[in-house]
Amino acid sequence: MASTEREVEELVRKQYEHGFETDVEEETAPPGLNEDIIRLISNKKNEPDWLLEWRLEAYRHWLTMAEPRWAKLEIDPIDFQAISYYAAPKSRKDAPKSLDEVDPKLLETYEKLGIPLHERAALAGVAVDAVFDSVSVATTFREKLAKEGIIFCSFSEAVREHPELVRAYLGSVVPYTDNFFAALNSAVFSDGSFVYIPKGVRCPMELSTYFRINARNTGQFERTLIIADEGSYVSYLEGCTAPMRDENQLHAAVVELVALKDAKIKYSTVQNWYPGDEQGRGGIYNFVTKRGDCRGDRAHISWTQVETGSAITWKYPSCILRGDESVGEFYSVAVTNNRQQADTGTKMIHIGRNTTSTIVSKGISAGRAQNAYRGLVRIGKKADGARNHTQCDSLLMGDRCGAHTFPYMEVKNPTAKVEHEATTSKIADDQLFYLRQRGITEEDAVSMIVNGFCKEVFRELPMEFAVEAQKLLSVSLEGAVG
Amino acid sequence: MSTAVANLDHYVAAFEEAAGRLPGAGMPWLDAFRRQGLAAFERLGFPSTRQEEWKYTSVRAIERERFALATETCAGLVEDDLGEARMEGLEAHRFVFLNGRHAPQLSRPGKLPTGVTALPLAEALGMCPDRVEALVGRRVAVEENGFTALNAAWFTDGLFLEVEPGVELVHPVHVLHVTVGRDEPDAHHLRHLIHLGEGARAVVIEHYIALGEGVYLNNVVDELVLQPHAHLRHYKLVQEGLQGRHIAAIDTHQLGGSHYRSHNVCLGGALTRNEIRADLDAEYAECELFGLYVTDGRQHVDNHTRVDHRKPHGTSHEFYKGVLAGRSRGVFNGVVYVHPGAQKTDAQQANHNLLLSREAEIDTKPQLEIYADDVKCSHGATVGQLDEQQLFYLRSRGIPEATAAGMLTYGFAHDLVEHMGLEPVRRLIEELLVRKLPHAAELQGVG
Repeated sequence: MASTEREVEELVRKQYEHGFETDVEEETAPPGLNEDIIRLISNKKNEPDWLLEWRLEAYRHWLTMAEPRWAKLEIDPIDFQAISYYAAPKSRKDAPKSLDEVDPKLLETYEKLGIPLHERAALAGVAVDAVFDSVSVATTFREKLAKEGIIFCSFSEAVREHPELVRAYLGSVVPYTDNFFAALNSAVFSDGSFVYIPKGVRCPMELSTYFRINARNTGQFERTLIIADEGSYVSYLEGCTAPMRDENQLHAAVVELVALKDAKIKYSTVQNWYPGDEQGRGGIYNFVTKRGDCRGDRAHISWTQVETGSAITWKYPSCILRGDESVGEFYSVAVTNNRQQADTGTKMIHIGRNTTSTIVSKGISAGRAQNAYRGLVRIGKKADGARNHTQCDSLLMGDRCGAHTFPYMEVKNPTAKVEHEATTSKIADDQLFYLRQRGITEEDAVSMIVNGFCKEVFRELPMEFAVEAQKLLSVSLEGAVG
Repeated sequence: MSTAVANLDHYVAAFEEAAGRLPGAGMPWLDAFRRQGLAAFERLGFPSTRQEEWKYTSVRAIERERFALATETCAGLVEDDLGEARMEGLEAHRFVFLNGRHAPQLSRPGKLPTGVTALPLAEALGMCPDRVEALVGRRVAVEENGFTALNAAWFTDGLFLEVEPGVELVHPVHVLHVTVGRDEPDAHHLRHLIHLGEGARAVVIEHYIALGEGVYLNNVVDELVLQPHAHLRHYKLVQEGLQGRHIAAIDTHQLGGSHYRSHNVCLGGALTRNEIRADLDAEYAECELFGLYVTDGRQHVDNHTRVDHRKPHGTSHEFYKGVLAGRSRGVFNGVVYVHPGAQKTDAQQANHNLLLSREAEIDTKPQLEIYADDVKCSHGATVGQLDEQQLFYLRSRGIPEATAAGMLTYGFAHDLVEHMGLEPVRRLIEELLVRKLPHAAELQGVG
């Protein structure tokens, strides 16, 4: 065991692999938040008045709100006035028409991260709307998508070119009054992705945005809006890595999904932001509001997430099952190590008849980390025949970490079936012994067991992500067992 | 809001008026304790649904009333008035309390074995105040919420039970609280203190009934201490009246190898809230929490349970079931907390609910907080209705639908009755279930 422990420690201490910074000149707003800053952001982005007005309303509402304190998280106070709310890469002003015009430094960064921008993109079948800090700098495969009538662009571009769509749907799933961080995001959101899939279209490729946080003290406030019109289908991938740094960085994104009649949206996330060092210094604060609205009958929204990074994760991707027979799914693997804290889960709000939801949550906690599942399943009075199954499993590695489950179930309809089960366990000695006596190293054995533990979630991930997810898992965890 | 504030003042003023007449008045420690309760109540007021612990249970109906401390003793009541609550065939040491005060004419304490002290609390304050002092406020903090604070200020009576090490109390202690409805809204603040010495064993039945109509509040605090290897079976049967409201906090301190089993059955009352806690504070302590709630009309039952595993090798098993009909609402919140170092903990919890009406609602929240890795913890919760296949099976054998539904509902609830060791208690509950469960009455017609 001794050698393993050493290996374990080595692995646990492993430096953050994706910790590098790209030196790009930035145009940054002074730190602080007030109406002038919001006007500046809006002005820089040449936004229409209605959007500025909306931002300001959100800001005024935000001022009346208090930071939520109900999560099982210990958070150092955040000084919202110390953050700069706008940063744009230099090359932004005369937006590049092709990859050749993109700052080579940026391309180099993507290269390091393995984003398939050139031919690799074609091979991987992925269109990338890469978000570098706050402003989209390159979008590929636009033409191929345009042929299908699909709109996939940066949020700012959507505001310019499809204002009617943005105006109709922005804030319709997550209103700015929703919560503290959603209000903040609504006031200062910088950029993000916009997707519209027309009626009956099956998006021919998986859409993907890579996020990277790259400027010191710059909070990232992404805003993503995906609309799947009747009978359409889209699979969207979101993945992120961030350079190493000491100061805590705030990230408060909002993702809104709208699925109309018979539409399906599959949203997958691999989140691997800097989690802070062993002592818990640094690391990203990740406060995300993600919600999908199944507006039409038989609409289907599926969330899959693999959360391995961030010092603090506060994230509850939810589904509002409004349409009859609509389906909501949530598959999650959350890994916390060292001093990471995660409070994550989902909400399934059953409103329509014969709506079904499935929740599978796998929490893995190691070191001194705290990992909580917090979920709500609400069956409304009219949701006849609603069905939910929830499974939350926790794996504890080491005796100084914590795993917690807070599932809320509110049922107001007698024809509903709601089931929740949760278990907590550790890697059993006999499992390890069994594998080791077959010549498998302890390290590999642990990895196998953990991957097996997460299998139900991984198989929901698109191929490209499944590979990355398993790698991430072994980097963040392997050997954390003692 | 202003009525609420005015009502708070009402309790403060009423306390000043009544303080001198409360049991144990003049004992400095108790006077101070009561004052502490009053001050805490003034500060806290009644809990609001904005507090997480009270999210699903509104006590506005209590807040709006001005409960007076009951003074009548209803001396006219005779034993026959207790009816089935006497539990036919039960050989027990019976203590009856009427509207919050001991009623000696109805009690049958019988002969207690040596080494056992069982007394109404008000009497114990006179006879053995030191031993009472050692237990009062030991488990349930005065400041926990407005109700525990009120109880600290006002408590009048209850059971005081001490069993010396190694002594087994063979017959159960039956603590029967009877509320006789009055025109004025009454509040009764009851406190039960139980201390079992090392290896001692006892069975306690805590039982609440109402005679006649009337708005009232029973506000109960139970403080229980189980020394190493002590063994307590605690039955609690709530059959409060239609307008009765029942708020209880039950806290058990468990030492090494002790065993606590609770059977908590809630059938009556407009509002019932139980806060049941077992604190497994030494190795090899074990607790079993069984609960059943059957509601209809506009009843509201809230069971909050919490098991703290503080030391290694603790075991807890929790099993709660609910049947909800009419416009009733059930709340279950079960916390299992495994503290750092409490390795080899085995904690299981389950909560199953049967929702029988469109207007009924259940809010359930099983909750695990775990800070140790070598543990076996699981919880499960379900909400559903009668299984159509099972109904079909029974109907295909010629059983009418209503009877079949009755059989299945009864079977669902009976799970929690069948492992009750005390036959007379079990029989009474079975009887009550048949009367209360929708369609269960049909069962009487079936062979």
